[in-house]
Amino acid sequence: MAGQLSIAKALNEALRKSLENDPKTVLMGEDIGKLGGVFRITDGLQKDFGEDRVIDTPLAESGIVGTAIGLALRGYRPVVEIQFDGFVYPAFDQIVSQLAKMHARALGHVKLPVTVRIPYAGGIGAVEHHSESHEAYFAHTAGLRVVTPSSAHDAHWMLRQAIESDDPVIFLEPKRRYWDKGEVGAAADLGLHDARVVRPGADATLIAYGPMVKVCLEAAAAAEEDGRRLEVIDLRSLTPVDFATLEESVKRTGRAVVVHEAPVFLGMGAELAARLTERCFYHLEAPVLRVGGYFAPYPPSRVEEAFLPDLDRVLDAVDRALAY
Amino acid sequence: MTVKSTARARKKAAPGVPDTLRATGTDAQPELVQLLTPEGERVEHPDYPLTTTPEELRALYRDLVLVRRFDGEATALQRQGELGLWASLLGQEAAQVGSGRAMRTGDYAFPTYREHGVAWCRDVDPLNLLGMFRGVNHGGWDPNEKNFHLYTIVIGAQTLHATGYAMGITKDGADDAVIAYFGDGASSQGDVNEAFTFASVYNAPVVFFCQNNQWAISEPTTTQTKIPLYRRASGFGFPGVRVDGNDVLACLAVTRWALDHARSGNGPVLIEAFTYRMGAHTTSDDPTRYRHAEETEAWKAKDPITRLRAHLEKEGLADEEFFAAVDAESEQLGLRVREGVRSMPDPDPTLIFDHVYSEPHAQVDEERAEYIEYAASFEAGENH
Repeated sequence: MAGQLSIAKALNEALRKSLENDPKTVLMGEDIGKLGGVFRITDGLQKDFGEDRVIDTPLAESGIVGTAIGLALRGYRPVVEIQFDGFVYPAFDQIVSQLAKMHARALGHVKLPVTVRIPYAGGIGAVEHHSESHEAYFAHTAGLRVVTPSSAHDAHWMLRQAIESDDPVIFLEPKRRYWDKGEVGAAADLGLHDARVVRPGADATLIAYGPMVKVCLEAAAAAEEDGRRLEVIDLRSLTPVDFATLEESVKRTGRAVVVHEAPVFLGMGAELAARLTERCFYHLEAPVLRVGGYFAPYPPSRVEEAFLPDLDRVLDAVDRALAY
Repeated sequence: MTVKSTARARKKAAPGVPDTLRATGTDAQPELVQLLTPEGERVEHPDYPLTTTPEELRALYRDLVLVRRFDGEATALQRQGELGLWASLLGQEAAQVGSGRAMRTGDYAFPTYREHGVAWCRDVDPLNLLGMFRGVNHGGWDPNEKNFHLYTIVIGAQTLHATGYAMGITKDGADDAVIAYFGDGASSQGDVNEAFTFASVYNAPVVFFCQNNQWAISEPTTTQTKIPLYRRASGFGFPGVRVDGNDVLACLAVTRWALDHARSGNGPVLIEAFTYRMGAHTTSDDPTRYRHAEETEAWKAKDPITRLRAHLEKEGLADEEFFAAVDAESEQLGLRVREGVRSMPDPDPTLIFDHVYSEPHAQVDEERAEYIEYAASFEAGENH
C-alpha cells in the first residue's frame, strides 16, 4: 500500500479487501453504513458494497453478535463492530457462552468465523464507558482468539488474518492510536498470533500491546539516553500468547516489565508474569514487574492521565527491575 | 379491522392472512386456534383449513406416542442414574410434533433443551439428545445434517441465532424458513425481544414458536407477562397467533401457514402454543412446592394423545392392530434407547481439548500435551 496510512485507514482498507475477496464477508454494526462508524473505520464501504453487506443494525449489542452467529451458521463470515468498549457487555453471553463454545459443543461440526471489532482503551478524554480495557475477560475465555495491533501495518494485516480465521476473534483496536500513521507492507510478515520484537535491547524487556506499545517505545528511547538498552515486544496476540518470543527475550535480558492500560490486578500481566517466572526462573535477575491501570473504575477524563501508564511510570518500573 | 404493520405493509403475494391475526388490539379477545377438541371432535377453523389423510393422522399419532415413550424412557434412565438430568416434554408432544411436521426438509430448527419431539420429526437420532444429559458431550451432533441446531441452555439465546440464520436465507435468495423455539419464561429475555426486533426490521423468514407451558420452573406465566404472549408480536410489527398447543392438527396447520408466510417474504410470525408442562421442569425439580395437583389434573383432560386416539377410533381411521403395532414399536424404541444409553461409552478425557478451536492454539496444545504426559505417568506407575 502506497505511502503512510493511519491505523483507521489501514483498517478500512482491510475491511474493503475482505469484502472484495470473499462474497460471504458481511459487516454489521451500529452506524457503520452512511456514517461510516463513529470512528469512520467503515467509511465508504456501504456505498461500494451495498446495504446487504455493510449492515446498519438495530441498537442492540447482544442482537448484533447473536445474529452474527446465526449468519455464520448459514455460511457467512460476519465482521461485527461494537461501537465502544463499554458497550460490549450486553453481548457478553452471546460472546462467551455462545460464540466461544459453539464449535466445541458441536464437536467441531460447525465453525464460527466471526470477528468482533472493538475500539478499546482510553486516553481520548471521553465520557464514562468509552475508555475500557476489558481484554482479560475475553482472553480468559477458551474458544476466543484475542488480538490487538499497535501499528498501521499490523492493523491492516491482522484484521485480514482475523477475518480469514475460522475461529471467533476479538479484535481490539487501540482507539487513541487510530490517527497514528505508518507504512503498510505489501504482505503480512507474521502470523496472527506471533509477537513482534519492535525494538531490540539487552538490559530489560518491556512487554506491551495495543496503545501501550508506543509508550514503551518512547520509554526505551528515553532510557537509551541513560545508556539503558530496553527491548520492546509488541505482544499482538493475547490468546494464544507467543511465549516462545517472550521467553527468548527475557532469558537474554533477565528482566521483564509488562505494561497495559487495564488494571494490574488479575490483568494480562498477571498471567505473563507467572508464566515467565516459571519458564525463565533461573535467568531472572528481578521479579517480573507490572505497570497498568489501578483497581478502580476508569476515571473521569480530567484525571485519566494519572490512571494510565506513561513514560515515567514505565521507566520507574524499569529502574526498580534494574535495582534488584 | 386491519392491523397496519411493517411486515404486513411489505407483504407480497400473501398466502392469506387469517382474521385471527387481526385480533391484536388491546380490546381484542385472544382466540385459541383449535382443530381437534379434547374430546377428539374435528372442528374447522376458517383461517386454518387442514386436510389430512388417514395415513397422515395415524403417522401423527405414532409420532406422539413414540416421542412420549422416548421421553418417559429418558426420565426413567435419569432415575436409574444413567443420565445426570432430563428435561421432560410430557404434555408438549403435540406442540412439538405439530410444528416439527410442518417444516420442510430445507427449513431449520433452533431448539431450547426440551425439543425432543421436534428432534424426532427432524430425524435426529434420539441417542444424540441423551449424550449431553448423560454428560458425554455438550450436544455434539452435526446441526446441518438434519437442520436441527444444538440444544441451547441459556434461555432465549438461540432466538438470535435463528434470526441471523434466517437473515442469511434472505441473502441467499432461498425460500427456506426457520423456527426458533422458546418458552414463556424466555419471552422476558432481552435476547428474545432483540430477536423480534431484528427479525421484524430485516423481514427475516423466522417463525417464533413459543411453547407457553404455563411454568418457568416455579414461576407462572403471570410473572412474565400481563398480556397474552402472542400479542407481544403486534408491538414489533408482525402477526401473532395463539394455538391450542395440545392439538397436533392445529399446531401443524398454524405452523405450516406461518412458515409459508415467512418464506414468502412476509417476515416473521409469533406462534404461542398454549400448552402445559405436565412434569417437573427437569428431574431436579419438585413442582409440588409451587403448584396444585388439581391444575395438573385439569390439563390431563386435554391430553394431546388421548384426543387424537379418540378421534381415530371414533372416525374408524385406525384399528386395534394399528394401535398394537404402535405400542410394540414404542417398546422397541424404549429398549433401543435404554440399551443405547447404557452402552454409551465415556469419552477419552482428551475430549476436553478437542475442538476448543478449529485451528491450532498454542496454549490448548500445550495443556493437552501436559495432560497426556501426566495421565501416562500413572500408567507407568511413576506416581504411585
